Amino acid sequence: MADQLMAWLLAVLETLLFIGAAPLLAGWIKRVKCRLQNRKPPSLLQPYRDLRKLWRKQPIVPHPASWIFRIAPYVVFASAVLAASIVPLLAVNLPTERIADVIVLVGLFALGRTFLVLAGMDIGTAFGGMGSSREMTISSLAEPAMLMAVFTLAMSAHTTNLSQAMDYVLDTGLALRPSFVFAMLGLMLVAVAETGRIPVDNPATHLELTMIHEAMVLEYSGRYLGLMEWAAQIKLMLYGVLIVNIFLPWGIANELSWAALAVGLAAVTLKLALLAVVLALSEALFAKMRVFRVQEYLSFAYLLSVLGMLSHIILEAPHVHH
Amino acid sequence: MSLFLAEMSVLAALLSSLVALAAGRRIGRTAPFACLGLSGAAALLAGVEALSGGASVTAVLPFGLPWLPWHLRLDPLAGFFLCVLGVPLIAASLFGPGYARELQHGKSPLSVLGLFTGLFVAGMELVLLADDAFFFVIVWELMSVASYFLVAFQHEHSANRRAAFLYLLMAEIGAIAIILAFGVLAGFAGGLTFDAMRGVALAPAWASLAFTLALIGFGMKAGLVPLHAWLPEAHPVAPSHISALMSGVMLKVAVYGFVRFVFDLLPATFWQWGVVVLAIGAGSAVLGILYALQQQNLKRMLAYSSVENVGIIFMALGLSLIFRGGGQTQLGALALLAALLHCFNHALFKSLLFLGAGAVLHQAKEHSLELMGGLIHRMPKLAAVFLVGCLSASALPFFNGFVSEWLIFQAALQAGVLGSGVLRSVIPAASAVLALTSALAAAAFVQVYGVAFLGLPRSHHAARAREVHHRGMLLGPALLAACCVAFGIFPYPLINALGTVTGLLTGEHLPQASALGWLWLTPVSPEVSSYSPPLLLLGAVAVGWLCYYALYRRGGPEPRRAEPWDCGFGGLNARMQYTAAAFSMPIRRIFQPVFDVEERVDTHSDGPGRWHVTGLAYHLQVADRAWNALYEPFGQGVTRLARWVGRIQTGSVRTYLAYSFFTLLVLLWLIS
Repeated sequence: MADQLMAWLLAVLETLLFIGAAPLLAGWIKRVKCRLQNRKPPSLLQPYRDLRKLWRKQPIVPHPASWIFRIAPYVVFASAVLAASIVPLLAVNLPTERIADVIVLVGLFALGRTFLVLAGMDIGTAFGGMGSSREMTISSLAEPAMLMAVFTLAMSAHTTNLSQAMDYVLDTGLALRPSFVFAMLGLMLVAVAETGRIPVDNPATHLELTMIHEAMVLEYSGRYLGLMEWAAQIKLMLYGVLIVNIFLPWGIANELSWAALAVGLAAVTLKLALLAVVLALSEALFAKMRVFRVQEYLSFAYLLSVLGMLSHIILEAPHVHH
Repeated sequence: MSLFLAEMSVLAALLSSLVALAAGRRIGRTAPFACLGLSGAAALLAGVEALSGGASVTAVLPFGLPWLPWHLRLDPLAGFFLCVLGVPLIAASLFGPGYARELQHGKSPLSVLGLFTGLFVAGMELVLLADDAFFFVIVWELMSVASYFLVAFQHEHSANRRAAFLYLLMAEIGAIAIILAFGVLAGFAGGLTFDAMRGVALAPAWASLAFTLALIGFGMKAGLVPLHAWLPEAHPVAPSHISALMSGVMLKVAVYGFVRFVFDLLPATFWQWGVVVLAIGAGSAVLGILYALQQQNLKRMLAYSSVENVGIIFMALGLSLIFRGGGQTQLGALALLAALLHCFNHALFKSLLFLGAGAVLHQAKEHSLELMGGLIHRMPKLAAVFLVGCLSASALPFFNGFVSEWLIFQAALQAGVLGSGVLRSVIPAASAVLALTSALAAAAFVQVYGVAFLGLPRSHHAARAREVHHRGMLLGPALLAACCVAFGIFPYPLINALGTVTGLLTGEHLPQASALGWLWLTPVSPEVSSYSPPLLLLGAVAVGWLCYYALYRRGGPEPRRAEPWDCGFGGLNARMQYTAAAFSMPIRRIFQPVFDVEERVDTHSDGPGRWHVTGLAYHLQVADRAWNALYEPFGQGVTRLARWVGRIQTGSVRTYLAYSFFTLLVLLWLIS
């Protein structure tokens, strides 16, 4: 019983660490990107300062807004936090990881997105509708690609539980699995699209005709905007953790000892920092695409995921005979 | 006891017909609906009892032909579908009286509506209870023909008559296929009762023929692509509570027929059938939702979404057939359970959406989404209820639609146990289609909700809409919304009860489903997957409340109301917001080969050299490709054939006498 309680407590602490560290990751990406572009970077803690500033400001609610506009930040933030609670960060086999599996995770993303999009349409401005329409289009193409990548993992590991799947990858050791390579590449492309990064969207601009995420949250201000921004940072970190912990889970704590958790923390920090460098590098190298080129990009992600699935079925799965 | 209740529910439905015919105007509005409500409650009770008891009860009615009495039987499968029928029927009967008050002013008398509604409901209930092919076909026809009159209720519009005729035509073609399918079985069994058919030995070719005919017949009624053409025509023109029953319940009765025929009556299963059903289901799902996205008429959009959901149900049935044919009965049971659960869930949320749409059309007096907008301010209660329906239909967590889709994904992910490599890659591909479908469904329902309820009103009617004043018109949808949430959070009791149905049809329960207790769903085993909606909800509420507490209770300035940002130009108005056509434009462009799009801009100009543009009109027509590819050529073929045959009709009596003479000669020659 005491063990159970400790495990739950640890799971809650891990979730808090997750959401607490999300702005840090965003700050790190910004820093690396600034360096790559020969600009003077802001402090690593700038995202926290921004959040604190938004917190204190008086929010402004537009006249046509309904209650959807007011609850959307809470729903978006809560769904991001719940998603963070079921993704193993430092250790596997925590009790929260049983509450939901990876398909529910995709569902939670969809729930948050739905309210974000509804909030975008609530004001009745052209910007909100434009962002909403584009977000739904892109996500409806990205979701199959993501599920296909996830299914490749699930069919190899015979489970959709994230923790069990990581256990499986740890147990089988470091072997070159073409299916995992394809699935990881597919998931990385999806992650770029779903978190609104270059080349699909540009999180740094306002009032650019091609923006997506910013167009939906244009009317938000003050603490509502703070929640939305924080939720977006958590989502970015979620995709990062998914990529590094599912496909390269080495270092994650198998048991609940302080030493193992410390190793887990160090490992995940290092992996995320490296992944962030890759992301910043790609953002510095590529330009933003036209909206109607995004479908080709996402079809490519889907193709990679399908290749992963097929190579699992053809090359890796032991054939069952009846 | 359960069969008695079921018979009572049929009698109550028939009584409502009689009451509607006999009663005057005032009572005529409420009394038939009260009877229907009783019928729904009795059906629900009978269904629950049959599900929990697990036994089947039979009876023989002394009607019909002397040597062909009518057989009734209530087993868990029929009981489950009685529940699927009961809940929406109760909601529709709550909704009906208020709705009928408005229909009263129309040209068509309400007594006709009441008469055929009662017959339609009784027909559906009897289809579920029928235990011999003869009786089944009779009550199936009762259901079809009664619903034809309901579709044709407002027959003063020619579009309604056309839709009703198309519906009747396709219903009859489907009925012929069903009769032939039963004919194959009955021919070998030597009897018309289902009991005789169950034990029959069939050659694979005959079994496949019977299966194909059943798929065509029941699939046509259920609205599978490409046999769905009647559905988006008929559902929008029927009165809204009838649309709710047709879409929520009648399509499920067709699914029931298919399940009864293929899983219960046919002796063997081949995995090839499963592949066919899976492919057709996947096609219906994705095409249905793509077309739904392009509709500007609210009820038409909901009708296309039914095509999608029926497709999802058939995908799960196909999976079940594949697993069964491959010898994996346990997984077959899981997929079947997911299909049945989705039937129930779809019945709940689609009836809710149609009833809600009825209330909206009623108050906003507009059919087109493009003329609504801002209704959340005018009808806040209905807007909240409708939102629940939209979220359920988008298959989002905490709502019921998600649970059944999650189970379908879980079943599909077990494809690895199958021997054939082709199957192991076809099933994941189909589940990717399902993922695309549910993502597009979310887009479609966001579009509907965002355009109709959010933003600024786009027409005078929408700006002057009011909350429905009749309490039942809110209570009916609200009841369904409560069920959607309840079964989304506590699906376990229902899944447990469905174990008796899968036990009856496949001999398998899901022993692992309760491995972690009633808070958890573990369809295969706890290691493979687990989902606990109550705990997830608890977490969501805790996080939401903490945020609210941290942001509001701890002080901080109150929000201020202001004008939205208008880029400094000023004068934002309703015409500047995104329309439904604009919202779905990127998807229309990406999936262009699927649609038959006709798009043009008419420019009206004036002045010397026509340089002064006085008006612009944008026309968009998105048609179903199935029409041009399948129905139009067929229709033209029939017309050509008729014209060719018509040549023998010269109009002169002498020619006809000559025909008679030669016919007589030939007949005499044949006899002698």
